[in-house]
Amino acid sequence: MVNERVMEKLGILSDAAKYDVSCSSGQSNRKNKDKGLGNASNNGICHSYTEDGRCVALLKILLTNHCIFDCAYCVSRKSNDIKRAAFTVDEVVELTIGFYRRNYIEGLFLSSGIFDNPDYTMERLVRIAKKLRLEHNFNGYIHLKAIPGASDDLLREAGIYADRLSLNVEMPTEQSLKLLAPDKNHKDVIKPMGYLKTEIAGHKEERKKNYKAPLFAPAGQSTQMVIGATKESDLEILGMADYFYQQMNMRRVYYSGYVPISNNDNRLPAIGTPVPIIRENRLYQADWLIRYYGFNVNEIVGFNQPNLDLDIDPKLGWALRNLHQFPVDINTADIELIKRIPGIGFLSAQKIVGARKFKKLDPQDLQKMGIAYTRAKYFLAFSSPFLLTKDYTAIQIKDHIMDTQKSKYRNDFSSQLSLF
Amino acid sequence: MTQVIYDATYEGWLTAVFDIYELKLTDVVFAKKEPSSALLFSTDYFVVTDLSKAERVLSGLQKRLSNDGLARIYSTFLSEVSQAEEIMFGFVKYVFSSTQNIEEDFGSHEVWEVRKAAKMTRRESHRMKAFVRFKLTKDGLYYAVIEPDCDVLPLIENHFKNRYADQRWLIYDVKRKYGIYYDLENVTTVELQFNADTNSSKFLAEICDQKEEFFQNLWVQYFNNVNIESRKNMKLHLQHMPKRYWKNLTEKTANLKRILNNH
Repeated sequence: MVNERVMEKLGILSDAAKYDVSCSSGQSNRKNKDKGLGNASNNGICHSYTEDGRCVALLKILLTNHCIFDCAYCVSRKSNDIKRAAFTVDEVVELTIGFYRRNYIEGLFLSSGIFDNPDYTMERLVRIAKKLRLEHNFNGYIHLKAIPGASDDLLREAGIYADRLSLNVEMPTEQSLKLLAPDKNHKDVIKPMGYLKTEIAGHKEERKKNYKAPLFAPAGQSTQMVIGATKESDLEILGMADYFYQQMNMRRVYYSGYVPISNNDNRLPAIGTPVPIIRENRLYQADWLIRYYGFNVNEIVGFNQPNLDLDIDPKLGWALRNLHQFPVDINTADIELIKRIPGIGFLSAQKIVGARKFKKLDPQDLQKMGIAYTRAKYFLAFSSPFLLTKDYTAIQIKDHIMDTQKSKYRNDFSSQLSLF
Repeated sequence: MTQVIYDATYEGWLTAVFDIYELKLTDVVFAKKEPSSALLFSTDYFVVTDLSKAERVLSGLQKRLSNDGLARIYSTFLSEVSQAEEIMFGFVKYVFSSTQNIEEDFGSHEVWEVRKAAKMTRRESHRMKAFVRFKLTKDGLYYAVIEPDCDVLPLIENHFKNRYADQRWLIYDVKRKYGIYYDLENVTTVELQFNADTNSSKFLAEICDQKEEFFQNLWVQYFNNVNIESRKNMKLHLQHMPKRYWKNLTEKTANLKRILNNH
């Protein structure tokens, strides 16, 4: 490697890749083979954290930022006047191995601008993964971007070497995509997703019968939507996410608050517009409720309330709209119901169900378990002595909770705002 | 009150538990290697570590606990929190006094204290799997220095052995003055003097592989580049990467040096 040139390329091509927020390195159980290099950690490991608080688990780079497309939301769009660069296959391989051996990273996340045509680009990505696996016996984590429009054969080969594949839908609706990325349409993304879904399921079935059958993207596929660049409601966004989870067996849907990158495009928020970090956070909370807490997307957003509350989390929002389901007696209630109590998380619910076998739990026990009691208390009943709470209205409860909690977003909501 | 003095090993502590039950000692406190002079009116009892006794205590616990519950006692031992042994012993007493598995009795003080201490160790051992930064020497050894609060090397050994199966490596705990070394076959515990300022550029030039500094620079370049300035959130950053770990993190020390040079 020629040092200065590689350093410069890394600068350009990591900068261009950072807006892809996925950095998950888990959910793959690839083992170290024949005393080679690396393995995948099922829980994932974040090796570092940037000053914006995000996890750095993978070497996340573009192979090149040359691109034939002109998507308005993307820094690498054709019409943007920026420095362009491209790594060679060997450079990416050497960087990955060098970083991995020093325990900087869990593996590689390789994406690319589309140069020439989709197959040509995809073939390069696959070649890098193949070289790492076959020539260097590298068993660390590899996340490859699947290029829309690439052939099924290349996608299948990618799945054989990669732990995860992803295709970004970018815009939650077709209209927005048409508006901002005239070269793209949803069909080009959905079709390969469907293909990968079938391949992943097929290989998984095969491995159940024969444990020596080859792995195929064991960490599944994921996708990303840009939030706040266009006018979609949370209902549309979460509806789309729900479709991916239900129909595509997607492992993760990522929500990326739009970071303004241009002042010359009136279709998009200008530079200086704040990144919608709170909204992004609320979407992730809603996403968790759907995946881990047994909520249906319709319980969280609907035509009456198409957007999530920004000042309170979606679980509290749901509870306040459904006060008739409370109070819940934690000493007798089913775990599914306990998980729905604001202030009680997934793990706490499990602890409650474990601990109540030994004694009737009282408020002190809950506080000891690290439950957000000031928030949960409005929704709890204790069987003996039965604690009668005054009947509060939803608005009163919300005010009480917001008064006592120290939200990291507190400054963003003045007391005037909370009147709405 | 009896002061139970053991050899500071886990097996030694398990032997102590055996002896306490056999001799029906009550009101015990533990001391490592030598009696604490702070206790004026205690009788001293010196434990002779006996693997067969330790084995019996362990298998008794095994019958009454899940693997996870059993491992939590060891993690508490490694946590080195104050009165770790007393916390462990309180828990063990509760385990032996009950006919059912008590590890989910979160209302109980004994259970809770062990969970708290074990959680510290586990969190830090996960962190060390992430924060170890290997440097490559001229003779092909990848070495790293760590300074964890808990004694985590025994918990991370297998992770590194499985992952870096084809390179020789050494992870050295400067606080406890011992390290683990992998020679491509086995991992062994090593004690050595390791006083050099491993971050100084002179040291790097003397003992490191010629590409080492380049890779460190690449990593720092990468780390600085993936940050999105408009999303800066230092509170979250510090929560994930507490300052006490910074001095052994290449990406943080390099930035520190740059700031100092600019002044």
